[in-house]
Amino acid sequence: MRRFAPIALAVAAPFLLGQAAPKLVPDVSNRAVEIRYSFTGADLLLFGAILYPGGRTPNRPADVAVVLRGPVQPIVLREKQKIAGIWMNADSNRFRSAPSFYSVASSRPLPDLIDERTAAVYELGLENLQLSPGGGAQPDKARRFEAGLLDLKRRAGLYSENPSGVEISEGVLYRARIFIPSQVPVGTYTAETFLIDRGKVLAVATKEIEVSQAGVERSIGIAARRYSLLYGLAAVLLSLGLGWGAAALFRRRL
Amino acid sequence: MDIYLPIAGMSVNALFIVALGGLVGVLSGLFGVGGGFLTTPLLIFYGIPPTVAVASATTQITGASVSGALAHMRRGGVDLRMGLVMIVGGLFGSLAGAGIFRLLQASGQIDTVIGILYVLLLGSIGVLMLRDAAVALGWITPAERTEPKPRHNRWVAGLPLRWRFYQSGLYISPIAPVLLGFAAGILTVLLGIGGGFILVPAMIYLLGMAARVVVGTSLVMILAVSAATTMIHALTTQSVDIVLAGLLLVGGVIGAQYGAMLTTRLKPDLLRLALALIIISVALRMALGLTYRPDEIFSIEYL
Repeated sequence: MRRFAPIALAVAAPFLLGQAAPKLVPDVSNRAVEIRYSFTGADLLLFGAILYPGGRTPNRPADVAVVLRGPVQPIVLREKQKIAGIWMNADSNRFRSAPSFYSVASSRPLPDLIDERTAAVYELGLENLQLSPGGGAQPDKARRFEAGLLDLKRRAGLYSENPSGVEISEGVLYRARIFIPSQVPVGTYTAETFLIDRGKVLAVATKEIEVSQAGVERSIGIAARRYSLLYGLAAVLLSLGLGWGAAALFRRRL
Repeated sequence: MDIYLPIAGMSVNALFIVALGGLVGVLSGLFGVGGGFLTTPLLIFYGIPPTVAVASATTQITGASVSGALAHMRRGGVDLRMGLVMIVGGLFGSLAGAGIFRLLQASGQIDTVIGILYVLLLGSIGVLMLRDAAVALGWITPAERTEPKPRHNRWVAGLPLRWRFYQSGLYISPIAPVLLGFAAGILTVLLGIGGGFILVPAMIYLLGMAARVVVGTSLVMILAVSAATTMIHALTTQSVDIVLAGLLLVGGVIGAQYGAMLTTRLKPDLLRLALALIIISVALRMALGLTYRPDEIFSIEYL
């Protein structure tokens, strides 16, 4: 029976489409971002088409939100307090699943698009990130640390929200520009596109983007981790060589 | 001209880093110090992660001390025997330092401890140097000594197992220089400094070494210990950024040559006064950093 299901579906498709939900066809300008010696960040263009059933664009077109998120990192967030006249780390909290990068762009401010519960389900918006704070912390402490983390990441350009970052033309083509700063970690990034209408998420589509170090930077990173002994020797020899070279050069000149 | 640092994981202005290395190089050539006490804080102020700053500044110290050590060796200004004894102490010190570094890092207090150590060390050395320079320039007159100062420190002379160090003109126990090297080794790992500005006065006042071989011997010791520390950082913290170190070195080794040329044209007492003022201002800046409300209350540590 299962074997016939696709065929049945294909036959039924033209009839089903009339009722079916709209579809998203997303794409990104770069499938892979390579970090090289001159990398100062990258501008990613996330774009795509909204396919309405039967090709009929509704009078009131739906909205689009695009989320780009980096690999999850476990972190410890430390808080400084003034102790005996000195500002030192006094309190800390662990977050098991803080995304290293999170940027959301939408065609209208998120609160206008969806209610809080839906936003929380899809982790839409900075306030709705699932950071998994550890240690069963007291709620006010957890809130304080979450606010601190968001603020820190936001100012580093690693977390951002752009309530007018998605442009929709003719109701069917959307485009968003998201900037990745140079200090992002490498890994697999996901670009999620949400089609939202009247507070409901109609369609979700995902694309992956690989951020990796390339060329010399990649080799150096690998060398430092895998061949630490040789890497250290190279660093020492480099300093000895440059120091000796400069001395020899200047002695001949004088 | 921006360049991406693979280990620090951020891009920096290459020219700025070379200029920073050059400036520190001029100072190190001028004053005969490694300059680590300036490089590390300046890199941290620039936004380089402290661990990477400390580890990469160490390689610059090696480069900066090479030409000085060679010059002193040629002139016979190195007590190799004393140097080796101190290097042994220094190697153990840097291993111990690496252990302390780990413990402090795990408890999150590494930055505070680095800050406090900088303030205490630089503050006290700076004030002592300032006083010396003021006396030498005739601004203040020191109190008359009632009895002549003994040539050897009483504690050092009391240690057992004496060796003869001919070039230093000493007959003392090797335990004292080993301990001195040990302390310098710990500081090299923790603070990213060569420790020359602590070694030199200690070798003169505590050990009573002949002044002729003090600077050369300390440079050889710093050369060996900073090279070993680079290895330790490469193997344990893996935070030596060879690109950052290379940029610092290019500026540093060239700057050091110009600094050495300048030395002969300037008055030594004024030089010491200037160095004292620089050291004190770095200490003050660090002290302000500890006591003023910091820009960032929160900091992230990646696991």
